[in-house]
Amino acid sequence: MLDIQKIRADFPILSQKVNGKPLVYFDNGATSQKPQVVIDAIAKYYQEINANIHRGVHTLSQLATDAYEASRMKIQKHINAKYAHEVIFTSGTTHGINAVANGFASLIKEGDEILVSALEHHSNIVPWQMLCERTGATLKVIPMNEAGELIMAEYDKLLSSKTKIVTVNHISNALGTINPIKYMIDKAHEAGAAVLIDGAQATPHLKPDVQQLDCDFYVFSGHKICGPTGVGILYGKEDWLRKLPPYQGGGEMIATVTFEKTTYADLPHKFEAGTPNIADGIVLGTAIDYLNSVGFDAIAKYEHELLQYATEQLSAIEGLKIFGTAKEKTSVISFNIEGIHPYDIGTIIDKLGIAVRTGHHCAQPIMDFYQIPGTIRASFAFYNTKEEIDAMVAAVKKAQMMLS
Amino acid sequence: MTIQEIQNEIIDEFSMFDDWMQRYEYIIDLGKGLPLIDEQYKTDDNIIKGCQSKVWLHAEQQDDKVVFTADSDAILTKGIIAILIRAFSNQKATDILEANTDFIDEIGLKEHLSATRANGLVSMIKQIKMYALAFNAKK
Repeated sequence: MLDIQKIRADFPILSQKVNGKPLVYFDNGATSQKPQVVIDAIAKYYQEINANIHRGVHTLSQLATDAYEASRMKIQKHINAKYAHEVIFTSGTTHGINAVANGFASLIKEGDEILVSALEHHSNIVPWQMLCERTGATLKVIPMNEAGELIMAEYDKLLSSKTKIVTVNHISNALGTINPIKYMIDKAHEAGAAVLIDGAQATPHLKPDVQQLDCDFYVFSGHKICGPTGVGILYGKEDWLRKLPPYQGGGEMIATVTFEKTTYADLPHKFEAGTPNIADGIVLGTAIDYLNSVGFDAIAKYEHELLQYATEQLSAIEGLKIFGTAKEKTSVISFNIEGIHPYDIGTIIDKLGIAVRTGHHCAQPIMDFYQIPGTIRASFAFYNTKEEIDAMVAAVKKAQMMLS
Repeated sequence: MTIQEIQNEIIDEFSMFDDWMQRYEYIIDLGKGLPLIDEQYKTDDNIIKGCQSKVWLHAEQQDDKVVFTADSDAILTKGIIAILIRAFSNQKATDILEANTDFIDEIGLKEHLSATRANGLVSMIKQIKMYALAFNAKK
């Protein structure tokens, strides 16, 4: 059992008022709020050990380096990677996907195929489209059904010896669908394809085990898991990371440089050109510690209760339709009210202190599938409450009254 | 009436409201009275980029005035564009170009629409001025 009031006290922003009303923060899919330990750790880094890492012989540089590498190992343990050097610090999920997509440019040729799913965020579509444009490879899309689930029978048919990489999210940001990635990874490997999992929406809710999943790449963002913005992780199997050329050139990623030839540094530094985001990289470890202290089993159980409660309460509103009704889904509800634009609802309920996302959620193909301009998306975190859901339901009803 | 006079009139109307709800209800009402764009002009070319909802804006010259019509799939957006059209439609292109848009702040619209939404508002004003510029150049 989670002590929600105690947890809420860890997040100073949650006690704020917005537009004169208590803040109800249901935009966790976009970014999570930060506990005091994370906020303090950022200040502590700059107050006590700020120095550039991996090169100075002085004490501060060593302290900062140790803290940065300790965070890497913490993350390695968290996702159960085999080696710490398989954990690459990035600026976020988008950076991780782009690094892999760029790396594949040298391994892909005309006639090859890349499989993406119909449920992807634009950041897991566009880098692959760009790769296809550069190489002449073809992008194929794994279709979804009305419930927002990927159709595995179609996926099986799309896989072939032409498939070089399958790229799919662990959990859909727009609908909350949990994809059967273990099945998809195994099937892709049988076909000889690599697999990248976009874990941006999964890592706030569960602890991925990359060895058990056997995925080739797993990417996620720090800011969605109670950590700072501007830092994220690219996990890659050692063999793959060695095979891929570096994404960016610069300091830190080299072994030797002459004007004739540069040799690259070993992993993980090969993919970490330039001075990294040291402070936020260290604090990402603090955020992961915090989440583990709350406990992912308890988080999953509680968020599921919130999802069920909100689904029941919202469904009782006349004319309300929920998009994304997958059997396996996380605490995300995308909905619309008949005859009312999501933007109108979002704007009115914001005045009532309710923060939700409206629009296409950077997943326009999904909106096109349902032939809607967008949805209202409420995404819950472990620090949300049923009372907050009641406040949202009341606000939505009020907006509906004003707007119809 | 001049653009400035109309803007003052709008500011007066909005000053009567005590709270955001009344203000928004009024915007919704104004949206219902928007001079609607003719279906033939509801094309992708006439969509204003930068708004979360779809906004179509059309302009034509009648005598020496520019006349605007519009539509949106969101009612609050319709209300906002109705306010802009009331201020700028049926005016000379040069006057539209010279007009300032401070009244948006004064009726509390910009303050109440977040940056991403305000971008939509900024895009609408920009598009209105672009039309005026185009008609002005044709003279």
